[in-house]
Amino acid sequence: MDTLLQTLKDGLTIGSLYALIALGYTMVYGILKFINFAHSDIVVLGAWLSLVIATAIVKALGLESGQTAPWWVGPFVLACAMLACGIIGFTIERLAYRPLRNAPKLNVLITAIGVSLFLQNTGQLQFMFGTRPQPIPTLLSDKVLFAIGNMQVRLLDLVVIGTALVLMIALEWLVFHTKLGRAMRAVSFDVRTAGLMGINVDRVISITFVIGSSLAAAGGFLWAVSFTSIKQPADTSWVLLGLKAFVAAVVGGIGNVRGAMFGGLAIGLLEVFGQQYINPALKDVYVFAALILVLLVKPGGILGKATVEKV
Amino acid sequence: MLSVSNLQVSYGAIRALHGISLKVEKGEIVTLIGCNGAGKTTTLRAISGLVRAAGGSVNYEGRDITRVRPHELVRMGIAHSPEGRGVFANLTVEENLELGAYARNDQDAIAKDKEKGLTLFPRLRERIKQQAGTLSGGEQQMLAIARALMARPRLLLLDEPSLGLAPQVVSTIFQIIREINAAGTTILLVEQNAHMALKVAHRAYVLETGEIAMEGPAQQLAASDEVRKAYLGVG
Repeated sequence: MDTLLQTLKDGLTIGSLYALIALGYTMVYGILKFINFAHSDIVVLGAWLSLVIATAIVKALGLESGQTAPWWVGPFVLACAMLACGIIGFTIERLAYRPLRNAPKLNVLITAIGVSLFLQNTGQLQFMFGTRPQPIPTLLSDKVLFAIGNMQVRLLDLVVIGTALVLMIALEWLVFHTKLGRAMRAVSFDVRTAGLMGINVDRVISITFVIGSSLAAAGGFLWAVSFTSIKQPADTSWVLLGLKAFVAAVVGGIGNVRGAMFGGLAIGLLEVFGQQYINPALKDVYVFAALILVLLVKPGGILGKATVEKV
Repeated sequence: MLSVSNLQVSYGAIRALHGISLKVEKGEIVTLIGCNGAGKTTTLRAISGLVRAAGGSVNYEGRDITRVRPHELVRMGIAHSPEGRGVFANLTVEENLELGAYARNDQDAIAKDKEKGLTLFPRLRERIKQQAGTLSGGEQQMLAIARALMARPRLLLLDEPSLGLAPQVVSTIFQIIREINAAGTTILLVEQNAHMALKVAHRAYVLETGEIAMEGPAQQLAASDEVRKAYLGVG
């Protein structure tokens, strides 16, 4: 019973990270119908920016290593990382993707891979983040808040799940209850007709990139505070993280915001439960097996609708 | 109000419009009829900026709008109800209507116009919370027109409102087109159903393979032998 609860909690934690990242994939796909392969590199950027900013603040405050930073440092670092990545996402769309708006999809896809490689390699430059993993200052104390049986709920777990939840609720509200969200859904359904409604399509696309990238930054931040050491920007573990989030988006139904949230949690739980109860060595296998299964049985994703192209 | 002169459009190497000219005066219903592939939809798309003109110009209320982007035209008073209706199937009827007023910020007037639209099309009121994709073809067409009206256009571009609809529904739609015009909106109507279009329009242009083949008062064209033979299936 205790193991079950513990596994559930771990699954929800990792799942909410996947969900945050999956949202960026799904929003961009929903509107531009292409997979933004550079999205996982924005996550990396978010994690590293968090590290850099947190280190600078901790140094400025004169804290010793191992000492926990004041409570406001975490939220402040998160906000800075989200803002910075939002701006970078905006710039990438403006410079790399917008000129290809009427080009074949394959060209955009290749460009996205190019952007991804660019970010990975500039990230490894010495004056950027370098090629070595680095420790992030302690932003949250690792204290146990309460325990249910033998399951310990740490502050960190609650912060990760809570932050992800708040961001997802905010996004849900934005997409389904505001004028901007309505415009986003309209653009995602039919770009051309959306323009005829008076919607500035380019602006909606820019905003989508800003939102997706800042959610990715939030994912990177939460990842960074969850693991004390951050791998170098081109490390394969980042690629795997991005891939799993992408799988989450597809499993939930690509293009569907609620699907990405659901898919993220589902993939996180599947991975952790498989690891705990079947075989820990195969944790990646469960994720990709789930992808294959979903694509075979319900290619549109679990919450996706089968689309009929009318001619 | 609207004057198109020597408008040319190409899709790749294929020239769809070979320089057409037409005029729409304030208060008129002008129809553009012709066969499939004659260039009717392309003409409307070029006017509203969805396709780029390769040559010629479009003037609206004294301004050159040839290069103006679609979303800006809505603010200038042109609404375009596209071919195939283009309702947002994933949104509710109400959300579709509200999107029609996207460029406006006068909440009270928008609410009033929504009410007006629902009075014009009572069927939409019954389905207000339904996803637009679940509507029948006729209802979707009504929604497309009502949505275009939500922009409070001075000029309404209608592309094939009769497409794929039962004859009974077609006559309802055309009745409403007449009402909209009577209420003061100028209309440029593209139609394959020449019979109905010539009935409601004041003036008409006949488009053949990217060129204006004939023009004149609608009644006069409806009476001409050529039009009767080629487009009305009589004589």
